[in-house]
Amino acid sequence: MLKIRVIPCLDVKDGRVVKGVQFADLVDAGDPVEAAKAYDAAGADELTFLDITASHEERGTLLDVVQRTAEACFMPLTVGGGVRTVEDIRRLLLAGADKVSINTAAVTRRDFVREAAEKFGDQCIVVAIDAKKVSAGYPEKWEIFTHGGRNPTGIDAVDYAREVVSLGAGELLVTSMDKDGTKSGYDIGLMRTIADAVSVPVVASGGVGNLDDLVAGVRDGHASAVLAASIFHFGTYSVGEAKAHMAAAGLPMRMD
Amino acid sequence: MTVAIIDYGSGNLHSAQKAFERAAREAGLSIPIVVTADPDAVRRAERIVLPGVGAFADCRRGLDSVPGMVEAMTEAVRRDGKPFLGICVGMQLMASRGLEYSTTAGLDWIHGDVALIRPYDAALKIPHMGWNNLHPQAEHPLIADIPLGPSGQNAYFVHSYALTPADPQDVLALTDYGGPVTAIVAKDNMAGTQFHPEKSQKLGLKLIANFLGWRP
Repeated sequence: MLKIRVIPCLDVKDGRVVKGVQFADLVDAGDPVEAAKAYDAAGADELTFLDITASHEERGTLLDVVQRTAEACFMPLTVGGGVRTVEDIRRLLLAGADKVSINTAAVTRRDFVREAAEKFGDQCIVVAIDAKKVSAGYPEKWEIFTHGGRNPTGIDAVDYAREVVSLGAGELLVTSMDKDGTKSGYDIGLMRTIADAVSVPVVASGGVGNLDDLVAGVRDGHASAVLAASIFHFGTYSVGEAKAHMAAAGLPMRMD
Repeated sequence: MTVAIIDYGSGNLHSAQKAFERAAREAGLSIPIVVTADPDAVRRAERIVLPGVGAFADCRRGLDSVPGMVEAMTEAVRRDGKPFLGICVGMQLMASRGLEYSTTAGLDWIHGDVALIRPYDAALKIPHMGWNNLHPQAEHPLIADIPLGPSGQNAYFVHSYALTPADPQDVLALTDYGGPVTAIVAKDNMAGTQFHPEKSQKLGLKLIANFLGWRP
C-alpha cells in the first residue's frame, strides 16, 4: 500500500539553514547537509529545501548544498525558491534534486509549467501554490498570493490548481498563507478542495502545530503528503513520533 | 572490472553513483562504479546499469543518440550475459514497446508493453508517487535478505506508466496501487526495478548490494 509521506522542509539562505535545526547531536545546526542527514536517519520520507536567498548571484551556493545532500542522502529531494527558467531547473536536477518546485514563475507565466514538464517530465515538476482565503461563505474561495502572501493576483486557487496540473505539474505543494506560521493546523478546506479537484498528489503545508494536524491534513484534507518545518526543526516532535502518531491514527506509514 | 552506469543525458547520475559506491562499500566489495557515455566502457564493464527519468520516447531518443551504445549494451547483456539492472525508465526500456504519448520501440529484452497505470480506485493519484511495499512472486538473489510483503520494507516509486511483461514469469515482484503493478522484472542475467533503489534508503542499498554480488 502506498504510504503517506512526511516531508521536513528546510529554509535555506546563502547556503545556511535559516533559524537552525535544533537537533542535539548536530555538529553544525546551520548546515543544510547535516540537517538533511539527520532527517534521513530519522526516517523522513522526502526532504524539501526552500531557497530564500535574496540575490540571484548567490544561488550557486544552493547547488553545492543540493549536490552534497544528494551524495549523502539516498532519499528524494525537492528544491524550490526562485526557480524562474528551464535552465534553473536543469541546474538543480543536475546537482541532484529529484523534483523542483515552481512558484511565482508559474503564476506570471503559466506556459513555464508546460515547458518544464515537457523538458524534464511531469514527475519532477512540483507547482507550489500559496493561497489565502478570500471568502469564508459557501462555497469557500481562495486566491493565489505571491511574494510571501503580500501580493494578491485575483486568480482563484482551485482553478489555478486544475490549470497547472493540465499543463503538466506532477505534484502540488499547497500552502495556506493564512495558516502559515500560526501553528493552528492546515487550512483543511483548501487542502481538500484542491486535492479533490486534481489527479496528482497534493502536499499539505502551512500551519502545523501538533501531530493531530498532520493526521487531519491527510484524513480530512485528502493530502498525499504532509510538509512541516518548525515542529521538526525546533525538536517539538521528531519525524519518528509524527509517523508513529499518524500510524496509530490508522494512516499507512513507512516505518522501516 | 567495473560497474558502468550508462549516461545518456537522462538526469543526474551522480547520486546514483554515490548510492552504488556506498552499497559496494557496505557489502565489502571494491568495484569501481563509473558513469559513462562510452560504448567501449560498457563493453569492458562487469555489470551494467541503465537509469532513466522522464518520458519513454525521450529516453529512447537519448539512448539512440549515443553512437554505438545500444549495440554495446546488446552485446554485453544479450551476447556476453553480463548482469544488467534497469532503473525506472531504464527498466521500462527493456520492454518491447512504450505507449506513452505515442508508440515507441523498446529494446524488447522483456516482451511486453509499458502503459499508463489504471488504478481501479479513481481516487488514487497519478503519478504513483511515494513509498510502497513489494510483493515477491519468486525467489531471486536480487531480493535476498530484504524483508518484503505487506509489513516489509518500502521502495520509492515515481511513475505513471508501468511495464507488464507478456510472460508472468518475468515478474519478480509486484506492488499494489489500485491493482497489481510491476515493481521488479527479472529474466536470465537481466533485471529492472520500476522504483528507484538509489532513493530507497535501506531497501535500495541492499538491493544494489545484491545486484553487485549477483552471479547469474
